[in-house]
Amino acid sequence: MNAPSVPASQPATPGAAMIRTLGLVATVCGILIVTAYQGTLESVAANKKIALERAVFKVIPGASSVKEFVAGTGGVRPAGGSVPEGAVKFYAAYDQAGVLKGLAAEGAAKGYADTVRVLYAYDPEKQAITGLGVVSMRETPGIGDKIYTDAAFLKNFVALDAKLGGDLKSLANSIKVMKHGTRQNPWEIDAIAGATVTSKAVGKGINESAQKLLPLLVPHLDTLQGGQ
Amino acid sequence: MSIPGQKPLSNLEELLEGVWKQNPVFVMVLGMCPTLAVSVSAMNAVSMGLATTFVLLGSTLLVSLLRNVIPKEVRIATYILIIATFVTVVDYLIQAISLAVYDALGAFIQLIVVNCIILGRAEAHASKNPPLKAVLNALGMGVGFTLGLFALGGVREILGAGKLFGISLFGPDFQPWVVMVLPPGGFFVLGAWLLLFNWLNSRKAAPVKPVEGHAHV
Repeated sequence: MNAPSVPASQPATPGAAMIRTLGLVATVCGILIVTAYQGTLESVAANKKIALERAVFKVIPGASSVKEFVAGTGGVRPAGGSVPEGAVKFYAAYDQAGVLKGLAAEGAAKGYADTVRVLYAYDPEKQAITGLGVVSMRETPGIGDKIYTDAAFLKNFVALDAKLGGDLKSLANSIKVMKHGTRQNPWEIDAIAGATVTSKAVGKGINESAQKLLPLLVPHLDTLQGGQ
Repeated sequence: MSIPGQKPLSNLEELLEGVWKQNPVFVMVLGMCPTLAVSVSAMNAVSMGLATTFVLLGSTLLVSLLRNVIPKEVRIATYILIIATFVTVVDYLIQAISLAVYDALGAFIQLIVVNCIILGRAEAHASKNPPLKAVLNALGMGVGFTLGLFALGGVREILGAGKLFGISLFGPDFQPWVVMVLPPGGFFVLGAWLLLFNWLNSRKAAPVKPVEGHAHV
């Protein structure tokens, strides 16, 4: 690199000058960053809310508003602040009349390239998973992304059985991903041929999340009705 | 530019320097990490190009304004501080404009901090030139980078997904070349563009001009 042609006349810069310059630049930079942060705070929050609503509305058709809740050992309460240990966050979607249309929660498991995070819809009446959306993934385009483009795979999530067992402690049958073409039971997911690892990640993520969430949530479903 | 004895460039030449003659992607081959990684679609490529242009403009302006007060011993620290500031600003701006774009670009927004085009401009140009020239040069480089990214992203999206800016081009019967949106596709397309550029350059009979000594980070 060329020798800097900046103040070539000075033999050595005194330490105080360096600290002063760095301090000055840091102050200017600090002001710029804080201004940008404050200025965008509102629209970022609004964008995040819209993105969440869009994701939930996609898996729960007919919904028009979303509320965040936390299900813990002490019951179900509206989400606010941090999620306590052992509790699970979920979303309740209501239609315009304020009737509960369905619930949605996130599941995550390691896929082929990175963690696959999905949002699934749970229908309390059918006691089944009724929709699947992808929150984030870095799977191979054209292969792993079939989990949200492949119509046959998405059919698995029209009424995927997620009934609780008699003791209400866990699912009666854990959700399993079967090799393509070997699905037999309503709690099984038929994997996509050629994208088994990603399909399995979807099933594992849903199973882990549902096993944790539903026992905490189902006994308190009444509190969510008409929760406008 | 700053080569001794060379005639200073006019404002227009300064602007066009980065767009064509010293195009960061096709001539200097700088900033390859974001170039190859985010150019999977035209939209991503243009967003990344604009974000980088914003950081280039902001940081070169500030570096150029402060060029006489920054002691040479701490200049790199100062440049990085200034660049990191504008990257943070652009990070928030993109989140405010579109979360979809933010998620698509991922870590590559933050990685603009270490984009060698920007530090290269601050060190090799903005620290020696008055604000107007520095900003024009940075604008040219930014536009050149955006065009370069678009050239890659457009081709990769057309071949790899059969779309451009998300609009389907060939109808449902088109079988996309998935490899084009995978990492190897980035190298294929970049290689093809570099071939084209070098072929165009070698066809010009003009004597070869010495290339300015840029740091290839």
